[in-house]
Amino acid sequence: MPHTVAVLSGGLSLEREVSLRSGGRVAAALADRGHQVTRLDVDATLIPSLETGGFDLAFLALHGSAGEDGTIQSLLELIALPYTGPDELASALAWNKPIAQGLYRRAGLRVPANVTLTQQAFREMGAVAVLDRVAAALGSRVVVKPATGGSCLGLSIVHDPSALPQAIVGAFSYADSVLLEAFVTGTEVAVTVLDGQPLPPVEIQPLDGAYDFTARYTAGATEFHAPARLAPEVRLACEQLACDAYQAIGARHVSRADLIVDDDGRPWLLELDTCPGLTETSLVPIAAQAAGLEFADLCERLVSLAVAGEDRR
Amino acid sequence: MRLETDPYLARYAARVTGMSASEIRALFAVASRPEIVSFAGGMPDTSALDLEAVEQVVAAVIRDSGAVALQYGGGQGRPELREQLVQVMRLQGVPAHPDELVVTVGGQQALELIASCFVDPGDVVLAEGPTYVGAIGALTSLQADVRHVPMDEAGMRVDLLEEQLQALEAEGRRAKYLYLIPNHQNPAGVSLSLERRRRVAELAERHDLLVVEDDPYGLLGFDGEVLPSLRSMIPERVIYVGTMSKLFAPGVRTGWIAAPAPVRDKLILLREAADLCPSNLTQMIVERWLQTQPWVEQIKRFRQLYAEKAGVMLDTMAAELPAEVHWTRPQGAFYVWLTVPAGIDTSDLLAKAIAHRVAYVPGRGFFADSSGGDHARLCFSFPSTDRIREGVVRLGELLNAELELVRAVYGEHAPQLRTRRGGRATGIGG
Repeated sequence: MPHTVAVLSGGLSLEREVSLRSGGRVAAALADRGHQVTRLDVDATLIPSLETGGFDLAFLALHGSAGEDGTIQSLLELIALPYTGPDELASALAWNKPIAQGLYRRAGLRVPANVTLTQQAFREMGAVAVLDRVAAALGSRVVVKPATGGSCLGLSIVHDPSALPQAIVGAFSYADSVLLEAFVTGTEVAVTVLDGQPLPPVEIQPLDGAYDFTARYTAGATEFHAPARLAPEVRLACEQLACDAYQAIGARHVSRADLIVDDDGRPWLLELDTCPGLTETSLVPIAAQAAGLEFADLCERLVSLAVAGEDRR
Repeated sequence: MRLETDPYLARYAARVTGMSASEIRALFAVASRPEIVSFAGGMPDTSALDLEAVEQVVAAVIRDSGAVALQYGGGQGRPELREQLVQVMRLQGVPAHPDELVVTVGGQQALELIASCFVDPGDVVLAEGPTYVGAIGALTSLQADVRHVPMDEAGMRVDLLEEQLQALEAEGRRAKYLYLIPNHQNPAGVSLSLERRRRVAELAERHDLLVVEDDPYGLLGFDGEVLPSLRSMIPERVIYVGTMSKLFAPGVRTGWIAAPAPVRDKLILLREAADLCPSNLTQMIVERWLQTQPWVEQIKRFRQLYAEKAGVMLDTMAAELPAEVHWTRPQGAFYVWLTVPAGIDTSDLLAKAIAHRVAYVPGRGFFADSSGGDHARLCFSFPSTDRIREGVVRLGELLNAELELVRAVYGEHAPQLRTRRGGRATGIGG
C-alpha cells in the first residue's frame, strides 16, 4: 500500500553530506515504488512541516547528532508520527559509545578494553598524569575516537604513546569525551539486524588498509564480501553478537553492528549504529543485497515496520 | 560473493584513481548553512553590484543581438570582448594585444588549459607554498609533481626559488613552469614585493623559466596601488591569467589568458577539444557591461567595501584572538592567512569550529603535499561586517579554548608557544 513518507536528511550534523546522500537514495527508491515522498532538511521549519504535511511516517536518513542521538525520535514521539529505526532511548544509549560499550559488557558481550576521558578530566583534574598508564591498560596500539558520532570522523589509531595527545586533541574536536580502546587485529565485519533477524555478515577489505572516511565513501576504495568469508561457526557467532547487541540496547527495525573477528575467530563488538548509512557504498544495503533484498525492498520493509509499529500501539 | 561498489573501477584512467571522498569536503556541506559564519568560500560580494544595471545589460544583449548571443562562437572568444579585456589589463598597466588573448570559462579553465598544455605525469611545477587550491587541483589531476616555494610577508621567498631551480638543474631536471599569484595572494593575503618581482624576472631569464602569472586580485588593492606585473617585465616568459570573477561577477564565468602566440594557438586547440567555445551569451554580457557601464567605478566600490571588511576583520582579530596566533595583514582582496601554535591541527579543529558556528578552510588544502596543518585561510569578502565581528568572536572563543585544551592534554610536553607580540614574524609557508 502506498504511503505518504517524509524522508528526513541533512541537518547541521557533521555527517550532513552522507545523510543527504542516504536520503536522496531512499527518496528515489520509495518514489519508484509508488510512495508519495517529500524530502525534508532538518531546520527550524521541520516540526511544523511534519505536523501539517499529512505524512504517514518519517523515514530517518539522518546521521550524527540530533538525528541519531534520540533528539528527533523524542520529537516524533511527541507529535505521534511513526518513524523508522530505534526509539529515543535506544538511540540515545547507542549514540554514547562509552555508555553503550558498558551496557554490552554488562550483558556479557565481548568488547575491547577501553578508557573514557573527558575534556574536563584534562582541564580540571590533571588527567595528563595518567596518560602513560593508557598503554599499560590497553596495549601499545590504541584506537582513539570521539565518544559520539560516526563515519570514523575524528578517529585515529595510535601506535606510539607519544602520539596520544595529538590524537586526543583531534578527537575532542568532535565530542567532549574520547573513548580509548585496545586495538583488535583481525577482519572487519558488519552485521545488519533487520527486525531482530541478522542479514548476511559483510566483510570489509579496504584496499588502502584502513576503513577510514575516504575508504567508506569512495566507491571502489573498499572491497566487500557478502556473506563474509568466515567459517560457519564464526559467522554464527558474529550474527549472535549483532543480535545480542540489538537486544542489549533495545533496538528495533534496523541496526548495524561493527565487529572485528580476531585471529582466533572470536568476534569483538566495536559499536552499534542505530541509524546506519544508506549510500551506494554503505554496508546495510550491501547486506540486504546479499540477502536478496533490493534497496527499494529494504526501504519498503522499514516503512512497513514503522507503520505496523504504530498500529500495535 | 564479492560486491563491487564501483563496477567501473578497472576502466578509470590512472589520473582519477587518486580522486576520493574527503572529510573536509563533507564538513563544508554543513559550513554553507546560514547559522554558520563562513570565512571559507572565496566569494566576491556580488550584492555590491548595481543589479538594475546588470538587468538592463542582459536585456539589451538579448534585444539587440539575441540570435548571435544564443549561437556558437569562436574558440578564442569574441574579438569585441578581447578588446575590452585589454582595456581592463591596461587599467592595471599590463600590456596586451587582443590577438594574444584567449577567453576562458573563468580563471579556473585557464589554469586547467595551461596545465594540460605543459604538464606530463611526473613533471615538476613550482608554486608558492601555500597556493590556490584550484591550481593544485588542476595540476594534480594531471599528475604534476607540485613543489612549493615558501613565502613570507613579502611574498614568495625568491632566494629559496633560486635554490630549488639550482637543485632541479643538479638533478638534470627543469620545472615546466612557475605558478605565481603575485597580487594579494590566495590564500596568504600578501603580495610579491617589487624587488622580488625583479628578482623573479632575472631568475626566469637566467634559468629559462616560464611563469604563469595568475592575477585575479591585482585591481583590488585597498589603496588602489598596483605593482608592475611580471608580464610587463618579461612578456615572452609569462602566461598571464585574468578573470572578471572579482571585478564583475563569478556567475558570468569569464576569464582569459594572455600568452605568446605559439602557446595561444595550442591553448585554443585544447579549449576547442574541451568545450568548443566560451558562451557567447555571457561574453556579450561582460562586453556590454564593460562598454556601457561605469565598471572602473564599480571596481572602486568593491575595493572600498573589501577595505572596510578587512579593517573590521583585522581589528576584531587583534582584540579577540589569543596572543599565540599569528596572521598576515592583507593590503587588498579577500584573505587573511592564520598560523596557529603547534599542537592545534586546523583540519581536526574544523569540526569543532562548525559546531561553534564558524568555518574556515584548513591550511592543508593549499599544499600539494598536505602540509599546512597549522594554518587556515579566512576569507572576509562575503560576510557583512556584523557577521565578520560575530565570526571572529566565535573563532577567538574556539582558539582560546583549544589552546587551553592543548596545554592540558600535552602537559609538560606542551609545544613551545610564541606570542605575536614578541619575536619577529617568520615564514608563512608550511
